[in-house]
Amino acid sequence: MSDHDELLKELGLDVELHHRIFDSIDRNFRKTVLAQKDRPERMVYFDGVIRGAHGARVQEIVERRAAGDKFIGTFCVYVPDELVLALGAVPVALCGGTSLSIPYAEKMLPRDICPLVKSTLGLALSNTCPYGPIEDLAVGETTCDAKKKTWDILAAGGDFHVLEVPQKKGPRDRDLWHEEVVRFKARLEETTGRTLEPAKLAAAVRLMNRKRRALARLNELRKEANPPLSGLDALVVMQGALVDDPLRFSERLEALNDELEERVRRGAGVVPAGAKRIMVSGCPSVMGNWKLHHLIESAGAAVVCDETCTGTRYFSTLVDERDGGLDDQIAAIAARYLTIDCSCFSPNDERIEAVLRLVREHRVDGVVQYVLQYCHTYNVEAVRVASALRDAGVPSLKIVTDYAEEDTGQLRLRVDAFLEGLGR
Amino acid sequence: MAAPDLFLGLDLGSRTTKIVEIAGGAIARFEVFDTAADSLARVRARLDRRDYARAAATGYGRFLMNAQLDCRVVTEITACALGARFVRPGAGLVIDIGGQDSKVILLGGGSGAFADFEMNDRCAAGTGRFLEVMAGLLGFTIEDFGRAACEAGETIALSSMCTVFAESEVISLLAAGRDRKSIALGLHGSIADRVYPLAARFDPAGEVIMAGGVALNPCLVGLLSKKLRRPVIVPGQPQIVTAVGAALAAQDGVKPKFL
Repeated sequence: MSDHDELLKELGLDVELHHRIFDSIDRNFRKTVLAQKDRPERMVYFDGVIRGAHGARVQEIVERRAAGDKFIGTFCVYVPDELVLALGAVPVALCGGTSLSIPYAEKMLPRDICPLVKSTLGLALSNTCPYGPIEDLAVGETTCDAKKKTWDILAAGGDFHVLEVPQKKGPRDRDLWHEEVVRFKARLEETTGRTLEPAKLAAAVRLMNRKRRALARLNELRKEANPPLSGLDALVVMQGALVDDPLRFSERLEALNDELEERVRRGAGVVPAGAKRIMVSGCPSVMGNWKLHHLIESAGAAVVCDETCTGTRYFSTLVDERDGGLDDQIAAIAARYLTIDCSCFSPNDERIEAVLRLVREHRVDGVVQYVLQYCHTYNVEAVRVASALRDAGVPSLKIVTDYAEEDTGQLRLRVDAFLEGLGR
Repeated sequence: MAAPDLFLGLDLGSRTTKIVEIAGGAIARFEVFDTAADSLARVRARLDRRDYARAAATGYGRFLMNAQLDCRVVTEITACALGARFVRPGAGLVIDIGGQDSKVILLGGGSGAFADFEMNDRCAAGTGRFLEVMAGLLGFTIEDFGRAACEAGETIALSSMCTVFAESEVISLLAAGRDRKSIALGLHGSIADRVYPLAARFDPAGEVIMAGGVALNPCLVGLLSKKLRRPVIVPGQPQIVTAVGAALAAQDGVKPKFL
């Protein structure tokens, strides 16, 4: 990472603190992701995406900005990247996955809010996030209370746009969301100084759909009796999806998928014989956070599906590629994003159905419900999910945790006991 | 030559270590001693010149034992479930309050060791360690603490379950001249309130039993029975139940598939 010290310094970051935080994340990456055996060769690219997230990718965006393009920071899978891309701007999801920046957020925020929000704000407040200084617009959304109030704090520091995600999915909510997407388009046009063109929007829709199809194909491969890649590697790919250039990412992922299909043909899976098939369901694991997948897979099981925002919630539905002019295209985009089954909705029956469907399709032996501490909606929705799973005869375990390592022993016990229970 | 039917179960808890030997399908010997920095040496000293057919370790220090001795590793959940069925065949639910965690295990009707389990969150509130600290503060030995609470005429409810906050609350109450037995009863009530929701999530077919050292506290057992509206049965030597289960895991070759 030291190759980019000059760049970080030019951006006005605290380079020394940046090293302390990100060298530690990199050590963690080596101990978990890179320590796996027999990884697919083409994972090297995605390792590079993660390790270059604060280097090469930043450099690339700095160059894009010098050429007149804008950089848009986002924090949720609810932000329609198509609009950003169609205006020639660069979207990157900026959620924090490290515990090391949290003390800097706790200088200001209460301790008892979710680690993702604290980690994200901590990176901003500790002056260690290289995306902060180059951000032309940050885009928040109203998917939880901690985020909403954090946006109020961050908005004071510069250009900030908040998308109002409704809490129900009735006709009025669809109208509200559609208006929000239209309003977002106007804000992006203002930020970029460009006008949205139907042809460019159509191309952006096709690009994002291509990316989602590639991720869905990867997900298909995880349904194999002996999956050709670990759950941890699938997570690394997904984390890369949130920061990388979408075209390059799609091409590289399609190439990885080819390699994985070849592995399936050769019977070269990566999962130990008899390993239990686990689905992780609930909260996202963003860059820097490999804790749960490592815990499950180092206990000998295989994560074969992620029903999370760093999983199926990101890619499982496509935007309708219809061509009836700009209004029609925007309506199609708004409709697609409202299919996302985030736990912030009431009711959220689609998610229960999705969980049960994915359990069948991926032949899951047990579900680990992953709740980031203080994420009330996933924590409470876990009750309904567990009950639906129980009715379907599928055991589940709820893990509530944050990014710190201090509870690893207790979590290890729960995961091991859960797997022992599945082994009967 | 290893004795063909001598099996060892080791339960390295955060507060105490338990050793159980099973021979001919019965408990042949057991020992309970404090866990300390030199746990491994203490365990070794007690195993000297004994020949075991197989051994299994469980508890907080299970991986340490696994690395040092030639033994299997099994989680406390599986071990406690196996041990509970052995010492009390009619058991349907086990409440195990240990030094730093509390577990509730639902025993299934099938062939598996257990059907489901719940544990306290990462904080040690409501566990054996909490009782120890509070007993010391009120000037009781851990053995007398529960008995004294049972004798209280009234309850002084405590508002905090956190060991640190409860400590200052207890100190204030003592300074105000309140009866220490009543405070003790209040503290026991807090623990029962903490354990009750974990246990009440399940509707077991069999008896509710309590394992772990805290089961030796008659006040807590009584409070839990009252809250759960059914008798909570304490087997003889409740603190060795999990170690018994480990010895059974060694004997039956029941082992976690992934360790």
